Amino acid sequence: MKLTVDGLLVYFPYDYIYPEQYAYMLELKRALDAKGHGLLEMPSGTGKTISLLSLIVAYMIQNPHHVRKLIYCSRTVPEIEKVLEELKNLFNYYEKSQGEKPNLTGVVLSSRKNLCIHPDVSREREGKLVDGKCHALTASYIRDRHERDSSVPICQFYEGFNREGKESMLPYGVYTMDDMKQYGADRNWCPYFLARFAIIHAEIVVYSYHYLLDPKIAEVVSKELNREAVVVFDEAHNIDNVCIDSLSVKITRRTIDKSSQALQQLEKTVAEIRDEDAARLTMEYEQLVAGLKDAAIQRETDTILGNPILPDEVLNEVVPGNIRNAEHFLSFLKRFIEYVKTRLRIQHVVQESPAGFLKDVSSRVCIERKPLRFCASRLASLMRTLQIPDPSHLSSLVLITHLATLVSTYTKGFTIIIEPFDDKTPNVSNPILHFSCMDSSIAMRPVFARFQTVIITSGTLSPLDMYPKILDFNPVIMSSFTMTLARPCILPMIVSKGSDQVAISSKYETREDVAVIRNYGQLLVEMSACVPDGVVCFFTSYLYLESVVGAWYDQGVVASLQRHKLLFIETQDSAETSFALINYIKACESGRGAVLLSVARGKVSEGVDFEHHLGRAVLMFGIPYVFTQSRILKARLDYLRENFQIRENDFLTFDAMRHAAQCVGRALRGKTDYGIMVFADKRFSRADKRSKLPRWIQEHLRDSLCNLSTEEAVQICKRWLRQMAQPFTREDQLGVSLLTLQQLQSQEQQDKIEKQVIQK
Amino acid sequence: MTTSSEDVLLSVNCVRYKKGDGTLYVMNQRLAWMLEHRDTVAVSHKYADIKTQKISPAGKAKIQLQVVLHDGTCSTFHFVNPGGPEAQAKDRDQVMVLLQNLLPKFKRQIDGELEMKSKLLSLHPTLKHLYEDLVISKVINSEEYWNTPTLKQYTESSNIKQEAGVSGAFLADIQPQTDGCNGLKYNLTQDIIDAIFKTYPAVRKKHIDYVPNKMTEAEFWTKFFQSHYFHRDRIASSSSKDLFGECAKLDDHAIASAMRHTTLDLTVDLNKFIEHVPLLPTEEEASNEKDRSDNNSIHRNMIKRFNQHSIMVLKASQKSNSSNNSNSSSSKTSNNNNKVIENGVKDTNGVSKRPAEHSTEPIEKKKRILEQIHYEDLVADQGNDDVQELKLSKVERYLLGPSYQISQTSVQTSHPPPLSALASVCQAWSSGQQCQRPARVSAGAAVGALGELSPGGALMRHHHAASMAQLIPADVKAELQRLYASCGELARELWRSFPQPGAPPANEQDAAPRATMFYDALLRFRNLKLRPFEEKMLRDLTPLATTLTKHLNQIIDTACAKYVLWQQRQAKIR
Repeated sequence: MKLTVDGLLVYFPYDYIYPEQYAYMLELKRALDAKGHGLLEMPSGTGKTISLLSLIVAYMIQNPHHVRKLIYCSRTVPEIEKVLEELKNLFNYYEKSQGEKPNLTGVVLSSRKNLCIHPDVSREREGKLVDGKCHALTASYIRDRHERDSSVPICQFYEGFNREGKESMLPYGVYTMDDMKQYGADRNWCPYFLARFAIIHAEIVVYSYHYLLDPKIAEVVSKELNREAVVVFDEAHNIDNVCIDSLSVKITRRTIDKSSQALQQLEKTVAEIRDEDAARLTMEYEQLVAGLKDAAIQRETDTILGNPILPDEVLNEVVPGNIRNAEHFLSFLKRFIEYVKTRLRIQHVVQESPAGFLKDVSSRVCIERKPLRFCASRLASLMRTLQIPDPSHLSSLVLITHLATLVSTYTKGFTIIIEPFDDKTPNVSNPILHFSCMDSSIAMRPVFARFQTVIITSGTLSPLDMYPKILDFNPVIMSSFTMTLARPCILPMIVSKGSDQVAISSKYETREDVAVIRNYGQLLVEMSACVPDGVVCFFTSYLYLESVVGAWYDQGVVASLQRHKLLFIETQDSAETSFALINYIKACESGRGAVLLSVARGKVSEGVDFEHHLGRAVLMFGIPYVFTQSRILKARLDYLRENFQIRENDFLTFDAMRHAAQCVGRALRGKTDYGIMVFADKRFSRADKRSKLPRWIQEHLRDSLCNLSTEEAVQICKRWLRQMAQPFTREDQLGVSLLTLQQLQSQEQQDKIEKQVIQK
Repeated sequence: MTTSSEDVLLSVNCVRYKKGDGTLYVMNQRLAWMLEHRDTVAVSHKYADIKTQKISPAGKAKIQLQVVLHDGTCSTFHFVNPGGPEAQAKDRDQVMVLLQNLLPKFKRQIDGELEMKSKLLSLHPTLKHLYEDLVISKVINSEEYWNTPTLKQYTESSNIKQEAGVSGAFLADIQPQTDGCNGLKYNLTQDIIDAIFKTYPAVRKKHIDYVPNKMTEAEFWTKFFQSHYFHRDRIASSSSKDLFGECAKLDDHAIASAMRHTTLDLTVDLNKFIEHVPLLPTEEEASNEKDRSDNNSIHRNMIKRFNQHSIMVLKASQKSNSSNNSNSSSSKTSNNNNKVIENGVKDTNGVSKRPAEHSTEPIEKKKRILEQIHYEDLVADQGNDDVQELKLSKVERYLLGPSYQISQTSVQTSHPPPLSALASVCQAWSSGQQCQRPARVSAGAAVGALGELSPGGALMRHHHAASMAQLIPADVKAELQRLYASCGELARELWRSFPQPGAPPANEQDAAPRATMFYDALLRFRNLKLRPFEEKMLRDLTPLATTLTKHLNQIIDTACAKYVLWQQRQAKIR
């Protein structure tokens, strides 16, 4: 349908629309008009992506001077693929109703592993190996060598792209990963570098968070994107952790060992080259003196990783004298590694600030701050000079230089924690140095500053006011939408006690209690007996899952569970889990039904959808608090309290509840779907927890559903399932949760939608 | 009490049936029950009527035995020996064992078939009508009816036996009972053994290897129950003494190879979800190291076993159903392999191989994604445009039956199209084009036929399709449909029984009586069914009466004419 959103003609590729989609577009348009940032929460499965795409594409077509580019960031590869298909769908709709496709290009950028079409390289299963092999075929010196000696292998696809690919732009249209590969294969061009080149000109870019948030990658990939862009972070409920991870470094003893090895190897290579071709080293030295560290000759294929620090911090000074010489630099690194090694040799936990660390470094091994800051770029330059064929085995050394650069660049918002052993196994020495970022706004700030509109959206962002605080920005719009429903297709319940009236809770004091574990088991068994097809359970941690499964086996819960459904359990090995998942789906599809035990914050909870029969019920066993004894977390909580006035408990509860909501939200997709959401913990019924659930769940969580025993919950489920099994037609939905164009245009409906948007 | 010719094999007192106590008699022909102090038999089931017997599971308070009859009813006998549950169980087991021996003797295979047939008829109303028209009215007998190809299609498709699946909890269902002196008793039935074998092929292999050469059946299962294999919480011992240590390893291998060979769906392939930062050591590596150190944790092992168990149960129950599918897919893969080898010899760079290997994958992937982004309620119904259209290649044949063409076809068979045409047709087929048939009718004749078929033409004079549909009442229409179905069935059988030109003469021998039979059946049909219908029509729907059945008559006439012609020719040959 073609609808007008606040005066903007929007092509929406469906015949009907949900009221909340319209409201969402309305809000989005306001953010675009104001050229400000926005925070929007809309329930999962109500067509967020297509609403976003249709509105922004329409806006770009009609206001080409205000918005030139859409950068759509999503978290997982399947999500990215879905976005592209939706975009394709939209373009097809434009073509159908206008006769021609819009003059826009949409491209995807993904890692080499997903885009490579080289017959040998693409066969590698690990991303790291693909990157290494690709580099070994495309680096500029390899290609130079090939000029002289044609027996040196190079990549025909990169050569093809390099010869012809940069002269023309991609024809208008949408290119998924497979399309890129096909396009590349047809022309003998490398799809990866084609995509890297294309994102500069393409109007719509879809890629993963890292390409924008992680300074190491963003510097290489996203440097040249222009300002008049709309950046969308979809599924952004976890965005603060992505920011933090991209600026944190973890060093173990293994890292140290490996980097020492790498260093020795480098020394050997330097010595060899000094004998054979001293001119090369001298030239590098000269360049460094002249400050040409990013010399123009540097080609796109030579850098895999950029500087780990943010663009505005990138140093425009000359590399200091004491590390210009290759040998000097290596011995400098050696000193630094030795220092870190001694720091790891401790008996008790140490926590200090970057400033303290720097002071200690200078007093003990006489390393100044300034040369440390240049470590990362100096090593990159050296690797180029030495023409290392496969840089992947230097990864640990690269990590150390990142630590050096980061620790000497940032003094605020970071902390260093050295732990001599794991708290669970105090006898096994396993020292780890965490250089941890505590402020998620550091990585986010340049994005907010650089692009005119940044939209953060997800199905679960409640409480909304937390995000502006921790990401440190001022949104012009901030809204949460609920789901209009013609029938109550979600059934959230809080089960607080078992049939024996013993309170169930995963809090630390009671979680190992036999009665609690038995009650959890009983709840699951009874639910699996009355719920058809798939049932998914989430535990608070992997350790807890293991111990509960063990106890269940002894109590016979597992046996009675197997009588009703097949049992699958997430393991820490992701290949094994994937295989179990595929069989879980098979079991659900064959009608046998299955139970999946999984972990909140685990890979399954973050990326897999359990739509329709794959998840008719989701059980959340306990509140998924993060491991509160972790020192990194404590440091972050302190930091948040001091700098953002966020109380520890507020943050912990917020974090736990967003994960809980994320887990249960996996079960619902669209209004024709239905699912039970069981929160099995007494503490969920407290106001501070309940109020932090997303609005669309809260609305259905009536007081009568907040303090149930297992039996009551099962009775309610049975009744509700019977109701849901009745035929559900479009007529039931029309006018309430589904609108035609006429209905949408009626004044009454417009007022209603206007009212629905709740500004927080 | 009963006829003296029957022997009472066993009588058991104190058996309750419908709240009355009495005696259960197991005789050589039937199972009977008599209320106490009466001398009439209250319950009597011929063994031939009994489908199965069931017993209450061990551990239940009531010791019962149930017999299920073929008609679905069942009788439950409750053993109430005052001697206590032990004695009751003993009574019950006596009866059970005796019945177990007796029942198979009386089992008639035919019953299953009859049951299936009646079910088929009740499921498909058209078949039922056909049955009523043809068999009940004695046009043909029932055996002939069931042998017609239409019916065979039904019976054969439903004949594929659905194999019973495997319960997920079969191992858990073997509940050990203590026998009071430090021992455990496991109840193992044939079903459970089957389930174990089906799910764990490795155990079956062991069983074949060891029983009965190296140990007895009982010993084998004792060992099984002692092994870690049964007790999931025990760690696999590496000692060679454990019979099943090897099995666990075999299972691990099987799962691992299955893991390697399944192409993971895009939406569940966790490893590919997140794009890693290039060049840096990934999270995975670090955690893997940690895992290895405490890999022997019991729980972790157990979880792995649970997953394996579920996967294998699923596989066991899918094996039988999908044997066809797997066959085809396996042949496909073997093809692929061959190709790879050929290619591998010829071109070393393998560029051309790649698209072939991956050709199906993106389509699957795309389908999966599209499925995921599809909102069924946002899209308007497409309207039922996809009603099947009737496409007629030769309209005149449809309207008139094949009679006009007989002479022509006989002429044409002498001039078969050249083989090269066949080749070209095949080529067209394989390239997906619509196959162009060699022209059978000259252009002039075609135009003529078209003229005849246009409104006003010779063949269109009586056909006012629109008005016809309105004029005929619904019940007549339904009856006409039934007549058509029956007549068509018979006519087809008759046509089928004419020998094919060039068929071996042996076939002609038995074709003759068959053809005669259906010829007679067809005539009978006309007399018994068609004529009464026509008469009724003459009474009720005078103007239309004759036109309604004209085509039916034509069908019958044509078939009969052919039969007579054929008979004459046969006579001449002889």
